[in-house]
Amino acid sequence: MSATQAALRGEVSIRRLSKAFTLNDRRLDVLRGLNLDIRSGECLVIVGASGSGKTTLLRILAGLEQADAGEVDIDGRPVAGVGAERAVIFQEPRLLPWLTVLENVTFGLDIRGWSKARARAEARHYIELVGLGDFADAYPRQLSGGMAQRVGIARALTVKPEILLLDEPLGALDAMTKIAMQQELSRIWREEKVTMILVTHDLEEAIYLADRVLVLPKIKSQPPRLIDVNLPRPRERSSADFVALREELLAEFGLH
Amino acid sequence: MTIQDVNSSLALGADGARPANTGAFGRKALQLVGDLATRFGVLIAFALLWEYGGRLGFLNSAVIPPLSNVIAALRDGLVSGPLKEDLGISLTRAGVAFGAATALGIPLGLVMGQLPTAEKLIDPLLQLFRQTSALALYPVFILLLGLGETSKVFVIFWASLFPILLATIGGVKEVDGKLIEMARVYGARRLTIFRRVVLPGAVPQIFVGLRLSATTALLMLIAAEMIGANHGVGFQVMNAQYNFQLPLMFASIVLLALLGLATNYAILGLQRRLCRWNAAA
Ligand SMILES: Nc1ncnc2c1ncn2[C@@H]1O[C@H](COP(=O)(O)OP(=O)(O)OP(=O)(O)O)[C@@H](O)[C@H]1O
Ligand SMILES: [Mg+2]
Repeated sequence: MSATQAALRGEVSIRRLSKAFTLNDRRLDVLRGLNLDIRSGECLVIVGASGSGKTTLLRILAGLEQADAGEVDIDGRPVAGVGAERAVIFQEPRLLPWLTVLENVTFGLDIRGWSKARARAEARHYIELVGLGDFADAYPRQLSGGMAQRVGIARALTVKPEILLLDEPLGALDAMTKIAMQQELSRIWREEKVTMILVTHDLEEAIYLADRVLVLPKIKSQPPRLIDVNLPRPRERSSADFVALREELLAEFGLH
Repeated sequence: MTIQDVNSSLALGADGARPANTGAFGRKALQLVGDLATRFGVLIAFALLWEYGGRLGFLNSAVIPPLSNVIAALRDGLVSGPLKEDLGISLTRAGVAFGAATALGIPLGLVMGQLPTAEKLIDPLLQLFRQTSALALYPVFILLLGLGETSKVFVIFWASLFPILLATIGGVKEVDGKLIEMARVYGARRLTIFRRVVLPGAVPQIFVGLRLSATTALLMLIAAEMIGANHGVGFQVMNAQYNFQLPLMFASIVLLALLGLATNYAILGLQRRLCRWNAAA
């Protein structure tokens, strides 16, 4: 019994999920009957053209947005609103500017009623994990963009989510910080054994991190595509297989 | 030079020791004098002009007595003269009114800032009241509340209520919705979101409102004391002029200016302590 439950941790099942917006009296179908199963501990990366519904899908999974039809189950239970088993990392770090790095990272634990001492000890562990041990007492305005984003990641990890939802978390970073952070995300994902669902515009990032890549089509009459990434880890960006896969993804966008 | 070399020299530059400098002390002292001169130079020149203007013949010292006389009158007035009592009365009036405006304005602003519909309903009325000079309403308050303390305190309260109320509403509304969403994702409920995100986010704006309100309270205090009062520093300005005690008149004016400065600095000091995250390190 407990073994099956353990296997279920962080499993997501999406059934016939639909969402439309009304924009200037025009109906805009963003998701049309999406079906998808995300395995426990998997890293699923979502790519797609701007406006294809990536953020909408992620926000529905987070419980911040409601679908019009269809359902999302997490570990067999239907999603209704936000939940303690999910954490979200947004494109912006969303740190509270009046709190230090340490206080920001304990935020989720404070809300869960942890004692100050325990929360701080736990937070320090994750601050070390993202390499910001020397900056625990700094304020957000004293951090670079990459450092701030790492604080946001540490904050999300403290609450030990089964599912980590990330919406272009590295989108605002420069190329070199980005590569370093991709390696860091990959390591964290392995160490924390968390199900990771990540939205990105960067195909290289997608192939570097993903077990599978979900390609959302711009034209809604086309079905979404799932592409397996069966490359050994850690992945070599210049390997022939990596490059070939990148070409294949580019072709998905008609950019070949 | 290898990459390692570059790295190590960069690291040294970042946290290496500051070079000791024997001439540093003298230079620091000079810089301090320079800083003081830029900060207070014009003020000192103004004081000197005031003091010696009469003797040099370009100020009429019958109307504008030298600064030293004014300072002497201020000291005498505060130690043994009428200013001591006047100051107490004025501080009480302004203090009670400002305290009441704050005690009502901040909580009301916090609530209204979070209720967009209520805010939208009341906003036109607020704007109308705000644009109506409190001084123009003073006769109305006198009719309703009499010519005593109540109408004076009320007109000051009325005038200083709007800055703090509107600033608090604005502060709450300006709190980043993305931060509120973040808190929601971590499971925070309404009250927690208010306590941990909305309130601290609104604090800088609240302080802006506090300073505006304090300034308004002092302005209104003087106006109210010039109309139908027989105590208070504002009254003393008029009274001393009427009796041609010009050093006392200027002493009262200086006292009011000092009061304004002290209030402003007190609120600024409090803000610096509470908003360390906001200030330049
Ligand atoms: N609250 C909303 N109201 C109206 N339309 C919306 C709303 N949110 C999203 N949309 C529309 O839904 C579509 C998908 O938006 P979404 O943000 O999910 O796209 P995306 O794939 O994340 O794009 P990007 O790559 O630019 O971030 C867009 O056309 C957008 O205009
Ligand atoms: Mg998006």
